[in-house]
Amino acid sequence: YTHSLQDLRQAAVASKVFVQRDYTSGTICKFQTKFPAELESRIDKQQFEETIQTLNNLYAEAEKLGGRSYLEGCLACLTAYTIFLCMETHYEKVLKKIAKYIQEQNEKIYAPLGLLLTDPIERGLRVVEITIFEDRSIGSR
Amino acid sequence: MKNCEYQQIDPRALGTSNTRTSTTLPCGRKNSQRLRRKWEVFPGNNRFYCDGRIMMGRQCGVLPLTIGLIFITSGLFFTFDCPFLVDRLTVFIPVIGGVLFVFVIMTLLQTSFTDPGILPRALPDEAVDIERQIDNSGSASYRPPPRTKEILINDQVVKLKYCFTCKMFRPPRTSHCSMCDNCVERFDHHCPWVGNCVGKRNYRFFYAFIVSLSFLTSFIFGCVITHLTLRSQGVNGIIQAIQDSPASVAELVICFFSIWSILGLSGFHTYLVASNLTTNEDIKGSWSSKRGEESGNPYTYNNIFTNCCVVLCGPIPPSLIDRRGFLPPDDAPQTVTSDTELPPFMSKNDANMCTQGTKELLQSMALSTVIQSTCTPGTPKTAPVTQESLLRTVSITVSPPNRPPSTGCSGHQAQRPIDVSCSQKGNKRSAHHTHKPMLRVSSPPYSLSHSPLILSDGPDMGFIPLN
Repeated sequence: YTHSLQDLRQAAVASKVFVQRDYTSGTICKFQTKFPAELESRIDKQQFEETIQTLNNLYAEAEKLGGRSYLEGCLACLTAYTIFLCMETHYEKVLKKIAKYIQEQNEKIYAPLGLLLTDPIERGLRVVEITIFEDRSIGSR
Repeated sequence: MKNCEYQQIDPRALGTSNTRTSTTLPCGRKNSQRLRRKWEVFPGNNRFYCDGRIMMGRQCGVLPLTIGLIFITSGLFFTFDCPFLVDRLTVFIPVIGGVLFVFVIMTLLQTSFTDPGILPRALPDEAVDIERQIDNSGSASYRPPPRTKEILINDQVVKLKYCFTCKMFRPPRTSHCSMCDNCVERFDHHCPWVGNCVGKRNYRFFYAFIVSLSFLTSFIFGCVITHLTLRSQGVNGIIQAIQDSPASVAELVICFFSIWSILGLSGFHTYLVASNLTTNEDIKGSWSSKRGEESGNPYTYNNIFTNCCVVLCGPIPPSLIDRRGFLPPDDAPQTVTSDTELPPFMSKNDANMCTQGTKELLQSMALSTVIQSTCTPGTPKTAPVTQESLLRTVSITVSPPNRPPSTGCSGHQAQRPIDVSCSQKGNKRSAHHTHKPMLRVSSPPYSLSHSPLILSDGPDMGFIPLN
């Protein structure tokens, strides 16, 4: 199932594109949906924007302030925050979802086009790093 | 767990003379070649204990004093005042005192040992990309002009500054702590009493700590006053009361001085929480140039209750620095493939963090120095080295043979990169080159801004001197 991903391992990196954070809504985790010029020849603009938008929505879900997160926070306070030793926070659960989503996107869409998305959590949520591989007909599925 | 990555290690890499103890490795690793965790190569001034589970700022500083004062005062209270008060009043006095005491200690330890929201430094690729963008957009020929970027947050202009140490534009509300040498998100202040920065992830612990400490000191103060008053109502008067219970006077003095400062601090931070400000912003007056107090603050929800909920009960983001992830054994520097070409079964924490950790190692080895301190734990910094010898020295530093076995929270582990015996170098290097390409490390060039020091290959170097 990782046939194309494995191909990528042998390929050489042509360049990397970094999609920066979008802070216009404050400190929440959101990435710019502006389509980088370097990707123009590789991928459909709409597809790319859809990926980033989905990521943004997932991060918004992780950081959402609502009944559930407040409940979690209050419960944690009452237990002197020891509950975090055994429980996985909502944020962490969503991060796992994001990791799966990115992997899935890579397998289905980006690897066949010779691109690879890096999970932003591995870059400290600073950037979405997209690695562009040399196009050596590795797009074969 | 994270065992998956090690299945890729070539068997010839095992059984090297690297005898670094594996007692700290989870799940009892099969390979005797111990892989380093990322905290060991962390470039900031932090200390790590319990194999990366616990982290603090550089100075353990005044934290022992804080803990000592709390323990001593509470101890005196429970020993000398409580028996009398239990007799005269109620048994709930030590119960309440005990609950407060436990809460204070727990929140204090959580404040000290939690990652405050440190941002990992930008990798060389990113740094190059950002620099290119800066150069493209203006004054390029010389450096460094003040690098700022202006953005609009909620229709308010906010300046983002470029951090030269971390090589990135700091997100809003992020500040670089010079003590810890890290960029910290929602940086409040560096608290010497707690021995750590106070930032996004541990602010609520800090707040809980100072509030509960104010309650505790007030409670003890009140109880001691009651105690002395009741005692002196006997025939003997106040002087005899004091002579009967001299510890109470000591408690009075400590509590008296503490209450002023702690209550004041609690009040101040309550104000900050209610207006969703940080100490940093308040002191710098970031928003007060506008018409009112917090009315320039683009982050406030303009509702005290909402602000409190958000700051104290909002979700805690996970630590971004992945202290306990493993670095891959280092590969030859020529490999160029991306970090992310990791097999899908590797969790997100493993992917790239391995390579990121190595890059951070490269950076840390180039930019950082070993810090000696009187406190036993050391910092995971290494002596600067040239780039060429970097990966070789990385392989050298991975596992010195003279590492004492670490059992739990020894706190010595961070010194591993320093106490290197280079006699393993040859074995290590060959071992690493046989490592399967799946965990390739990309090492793009980056400039060392600090003077390099080449690690000598002399055997049995106990301690590599600082640059």
